[in-house]
Amino acid sequence: MSLFTFKGGIHPPYEKELAKGSPIQTAGLPKSLTIPLVQHIGAPCAPVVEAGDVVKKGQLLGKGESFVSAPVHASASGKVKRIEKSLHPLGQPVLSVVLEPDGNEETAYMTPMGGDPGTLDPEAVKARVKDAGIVGLGGATFPAHVKFSPPKDKPIDTFILNGCECEPYLTADHRTMLERTDDMLLGAKMIGRILNVRRIIVAVENNKKDAIETCKKSAHAEGVEFSVTATKYPQGGEKMLIKAVLGREVPSGGLPMDVGVVVSNVGTAVAVCEAVRDGKPLIERVLTVTGNAAKSPGNWLVKIGTPIGEVVEQAGGTTGTVGKLIIGGPMMGIAQSSFEVPVIKGTSGILLLREEAYMKEGYLPCIKCSFCVQVCPTRLLPSRLSVLAEAEAWEKMEEYGVNDCIECGSCAYVCPSKRPIVQLVKAAKIKVREIKKRENA
Amino acid sequence: MGKEQSAMVLSISPHIKSKESVRRIMLSVIITLLPAVGYSIYQFGLHALFMYCISVATCLVSEWVVVRLRKRPFSLRDGSAIVTGILLAMVLPPKFPLYGVVLGAVVAIVIGKQIFGGVGYNIFNPALIGRAFLAATYPVFISSYVQPRMALDAVSQATPLAAMKFEGVMTSYRALFLGGTGGSLGETSALFLLVGAVYLLVKKYIKWRIPLSIFLTVAVLGEIFHLINPAKYPDPLFHLFAGGLMIGALYMATDMVTSPITKRGSVIFGCGIGVLVVFIRLLGGLPEGVMYAILFMNAFVPLINRATKPKIFGTGGRDER
Ligand code: SF4
Ligand code: SF4
Repeated sequence: MSLFTFKGGIHPPYEKELAKGSPIQTAGLPKSLTIPLVQHIGAPCAPVVEAGDVVKKGQLLGKGESFVSAPVHASASGKVKRIEKSLHPLGQPVLSVVLEPDGNEETAYMTPMGGDPGTLDPEAVKARVKDAGIVGLGGATFPAHVKFSPPKDKPIDTFILNGCECEPYLTADHRTMLERTDDMLLGAKMIGRILNVRRIIVAVENNKKDAIETCKKSAHAEGVEFSVTATKYPQGGEKMLIKAVLGREVPSGGLPMDVGVVVSNVGTAVAVCEAVRDGKPLIERVLTVTGNAAKSPGNWLVKIGTPIGEVVEQAGGTTGTVGKLIIGGPMMGIAQSSFEVPVIKGTSGILLLREEAYMKEGYLPCIKCSFCVQVCPTRLLPSRLSVLAEAEAWEKMEEYGVNDCIECGSCAYVCPSKRPIVQLVKAAKIKVREIKKRENA
Repeated sequence: MGKEQSAMVLSISPHIKSKESVRRIMLSVIITLLPAVGYSIYQFGLHALFMYCISVATCLVSEWVVVRLRKRPFSLRDGSAIVTGILLAMVLPPKFPLYGVVLGAVVAIVIGKQIFGGVGYNIFNPALIGRAFLAATYPVFISSYVQPRMALDAVSQATPLAAMKFEGVMTSYRALFLGGTGGSLGETSALFLLVGAVYLLVKKYIKWRIPLSIFLTVAVLGEIFHLINPAKYPDPLFHLFAGGLMIGALYMATDMVTSPITKRGSVIFGCGIGVLVVFIRLLGGLPEGVMYAILFMNAFVPLINRATKPKIFGTGGRDER
């Protein structure tokens, strides 16, 4: 079988064995939930509850006025203790609703719409996706309804369900594909209904043999196509996946819809299915607790707002000195300073890495080995970018495509000089944006 | 849980790194050079051993002093100074005076490398800068060669290239390949150099397009000249195995720091060197041109990199990095 893939990329140690065999377990109710009012890319939500209010599970807590925004809901029934700024995995403190669960788990879901995609009204489904607060669960957290609303002049012909999960260590999507196959495919068909596409394709990396077998049969029965891609990082990057599966190249600075494609993560499809069929908003998600400092790695269904520390403890705690606590995977995840940050919609994993010497090592000048050039999936010159960033030549960096960088980290992974290329690129992107703003002002 | 974990590292992604390091690359280069080094010591005796030791020691000391003076954090641990030291000795004639070796090594490190800012910043191959300096300072020493212990050919003291150029005498392939000819310490055995380089090629520590395009260019051009006048010009095989071509193409031109970072750039760079080598050898005033060809092309690397900048994903171009 020939595999679909793209040029460039890397083969880091995948370490999926740690957690891939353990079925999804449901995490218990924590003492307190901290539910941030921003868990998506876009305008923040304003709270619609007040301290002292008693809420039901699934009740709306906050919503935004703007179209590019996703409402947040209570992930348990209980009492609103406070609404205050608190720690957020993305760094900046964010206004959050602190909820004390009462343990009754009384629900206030939306009206179920039925589970037959063929009879559903696409507009109503789209509205439901919005009301349920669904965002891209792969980690990008872009509001799903926005993604499902391409402008009229960008017809969409293909919907790709992204089950690549190319980030090392993480296995949440893998387990979802195995255990929630039918809901996932139903969700995919609902999304297909909204987008009115001809083709729905499930894409899975060939290192998930069991998931491929399970999904393939069901997919074919449902009239959904299936595509096995090579195991290579970042195969799950939207642009790389579209290139691999359809051979189309998303234009520089463009979006998948520019080539008639929408890509969503498998978890997102399950969330859509639950929201439409059961009326359940996005209040919990599957994530992987893993790493060599995790005592018993596994996959957990966790309520949004649960402090990371509680999840880790329920999952057996840590072993050895934790050198790094990472939200997400090792390639693109974000290192945290505290176990108090809450699980949010975009939390695909909690990665605990043992302290090791390399974490504190410095870096050397670029020795022009060109390793980074060969692996960059967007064909940039990462070495050049990093040198230009050190020289603060921001304008020049724009010319060298800094904004095309998907921050996948492949370059920094292979760099023998251990240069912090992604860090430099991130800083440069902010600078470039500032300069643009000043010019336009 | 919580507060006590304040020591957790907060660096930006990626949080895992490959095992590659500058030190590892340099160590691999050193190890793969050892067969050729050992063979040259066997062939040329103790003086060769002294030359290696002194060259490496001087490189290390000069590097240490300069790094100290510039108050730079880089240590000697990356091993690049050792590589420069070995390579410098390898491109010097077997009986080169030791004080000359010291001088060449100092120039290689100080002028060839540190003036530009140290490892990674230099434009020219440091070992070749050292040798070029010695060639200008000691023109007599640099061109006096002795026969190796196991001379496989009856040719005089001269190197095969000089013999070809000035006396019209050819050296046998067997001698060239196995290393029984006159020449610099490291350039006499193509076989040992090739064996070492294969490992580096597999590890991707050398950009294979560079040696390959050098070899192809030299072979094709050599063949053309040979066809025009077989009596005067040697055939391509002679070109490939004689003189500094092997060590130059495999170990000098492929120096990461001073070669292009793109694939197309590597081909242009290699072809450029190949053309220059043949022209200098056959039409120029010198018997050997590998060193100057590489140094000359080193100067064009920034330009080549700029000219071969790959088309970014999604801009309509083909993948030709
Ligand atoms: S430059 Fe950007 S896109 Fe290219 S490898 Fe590095 S992080 Fe990935
Ligand atoms: S991998 Fe690192 S050392 Fe090599 S060219 Fe890229 S930035 Fe430079």
